Amino acid sequence: MADMHDYSLPDARGHFGPYGGVFVAETLMPALEELRLAYEACREDPHFVAEFEYELKHYVGRPSPVYHASRLSDKLGGARILLKREDLNHTGAHKVNNCIGQALLARRMGKPRVIAETGAGQHGVATATVAARYGFECVVYMGSEDVKRQAANVYRMKLLGATVVPVESGSKTLKDALNEAMRDWVTNVSDTFYIIGTVAGPHPYPAMVRDFQTVIGKECLEQMPEAFGRQPDVVIACVGGGSNAMGIFHPYIPHRGVRLIGVEAAGEGIATGRHAAPLTANSPVGVLHGNRTYLMQDENGQIIDTHSISAGLDYPGVGPEHAWLKDSGRAEYVAVTDAEALEAFHALCRYEGIIAALESSHAVAQAMKIAPTLGRDKLLLVNLSGRGDKDMHTVAERSGIRL
Amino acid sequence: MSRIQSTFQGLQATGRKALIPFITAGYPDGALTLPLMRALVAGGADIIELGVPFSDPMADGPTIQRASERALAGGMSLRRVIDIVRQFRAEDDTIPVVLMGYANPIEAMSQELFVAAAAEAGVDGVLVVDYPPEECSEFTALARSAGIDQIFLLAPTSSERRFREVAEAGSGYIYYVSLKGVTGAGSLDFDEVAQRIPKIRAAVGMPVGVGFGIRDAESAKRIGAVTDAVVIGSRIIEEIEASSRPQTLARVETFVRGIRAALDESAGT
Repeated sequence: MADMHDYSLPDARGHFGPYGGVFVAETLMPALEELRLAYEACREDPHFVAEFEYELKHYVGRPSPVYHASRLSDKLGGARILLKREDLNHTGAHKVNNCIGQALLARRMGKPRVIAETGAGQHGVATATVAARYGFECVVYMGSEDVKRQAANVYRMKLLGATVVPVESGSKTLKDALNEAMRDWVTNVSDTFYIIGTVAGPHPYPAMVRDFQTVIGKECLEQMPEAFGRQPDVVIACVGGGSNAMGIFHPYIPHRGVRLIGVEAAGEGIATGRHAAPLTANSPVGVLHGNRTYLMQDENGQIIDTHSISAGLDYPGVGPEHAWLKDSGRAEYVAVTDAEALEAFHALCRYEGIIAALESSHAVAQAMKIAPTLGRDKLLLVNLSGRGDKDMHTVAERSGIRL
Repeated sequence: MSRIQSTFQGLQATGRKALIPFITAGYPDGALTLPLMRALVAGGADIIELGVPFSDPMADGPTIQRASERALAGGMSLRRVIDIVRQFRAEDDTIPVVLMGYANPIEAMSQELFVAAAAEAGVDGVLVVDYPPEECSEFTALARSAGIDQIFLLAPTSSERRFREVAEAGSGYIYYVSLKGVTGAGSLDFDEVAQRIPKIRAAVGMPVGVGFGIRDAESAKRIGAVTDAVVIGSRIIEEIEASSRPQTLARVETFVRGIRAALDESAGT
């Protein structure tokens, strides 16, 4: 394993080893350069940092607690399962942390219009929320399949004043929404800020989104010793693009004794090919959406359709830093099926009174798998990245119930 | 001298401008791509840009997106595109062919195998939309040593430092994207183009073609008056879309001939 004490990736051009980079059409290069310079100035600016922290405290409601899921832990026997409650944030997921950061940056840069892509709708809702909060015009691109799956979130975005554009091209899911948002940005680059919701895309997005999300892991570093006397043995988070996972992993990277486990969506099972787990399935490395990373693709380099019960994990690529963490061995990546995630979803409902997002239920499922194999003195910290209200229809449908 | 360089030299000697039509390989189907290339030549094309379809064409508007989806549904692939060029080259040894597409199909094949196969088939140039010069130095070296010109894009947003960077990495010609946006998008700003092109040409020392937003004889003529080459893409795809199969070839040829005539008129020949 590489020495992680002075971990400082990406390099100046946005590379995490062979991954990341800036693979976009020339039209966007100056916009990305402008963004990079603005972001680098802001992150060193105490006023910007103070404003970001103020908003996280008073608008988002941070810090989010670390909660000991004691009934679930007792039921399973073995390690104690602790939940980092990002579901309690305003708008119901970790996504808002990053949106606040990028919105403050957009305001600094004088951009009156923000755009976003969304899968499950959580990032779209968070973007629409901050757009209302700071007075931006807001357009959200969403695959038409996801618009159907996530009707409640579509309505939320509209209530918040955003225009939701259903995307009919390609597989009509998150990746196509990203393509369309990129096209909008190319066309309206002078007055528009593109708020990417995950740790993917061209540099500086993977690093910038990660930095805004590291508030999750930094809080854990303080909360764990206070509440539980020490840092966790294992940190577990779900990985689609991977922003909640990078947010909680990153501050723990130098803590060599802490195992980091990223949980991808195995869908109907890795062997069926119907999944969204490029790291676990060891997919070939390729270029999509501005960065080089592991990518689900056919032998001709065409991106293939992915599958997950959770729209937020239904993405063929993964953030480049996760690709690097996999290769370096610092983090492990596993995958959990739709059925296992649903089981975890129901368990958390019944034993803890917490309705988790299906995305986060993947991480809970992994914790439920390994907790019984470990002693009671072990601590598993799970990033509960979002709440599950948005998934009521999906879960009910799976149970044969029509709402 | 590359086929692209000698084409531009020949045109410059007669004061004419290059007409570079674009079609998506495999649209409307794989069998029609080679006949369409012949129709483009018959209509007066100087260079052919052949689009390699990709599942996620981020820089393309709805017209080329639709064409790409249809081509992929019909089984088109990068290897098959190279085969089509090989067939074209067997019957036409003068008209340069430039492959235009995205990085991932090339990386899936491997840069080395792609460059070797493309050079062997008679591909003259490659334009990879999402390979800016700083991300593809190995590819640039491979293409150069195989005698393939790598064409780079410049945009209205590009800095003068950028002009020099693409001049160093690229060869053949520069493709100036005449508007902010995706292929097939709205109207272009003639004055902006007229102002920028001389600066770019002076900085890059190679011919400059203009594309994105050229839709008819009139816009081709106006752009042709200030540049070395005119690229026309989405409008040709629309022509194919709107035609019934038996008429497709004749209709495309007639359309290209109309643009050719307008271009030659602007050059005063």
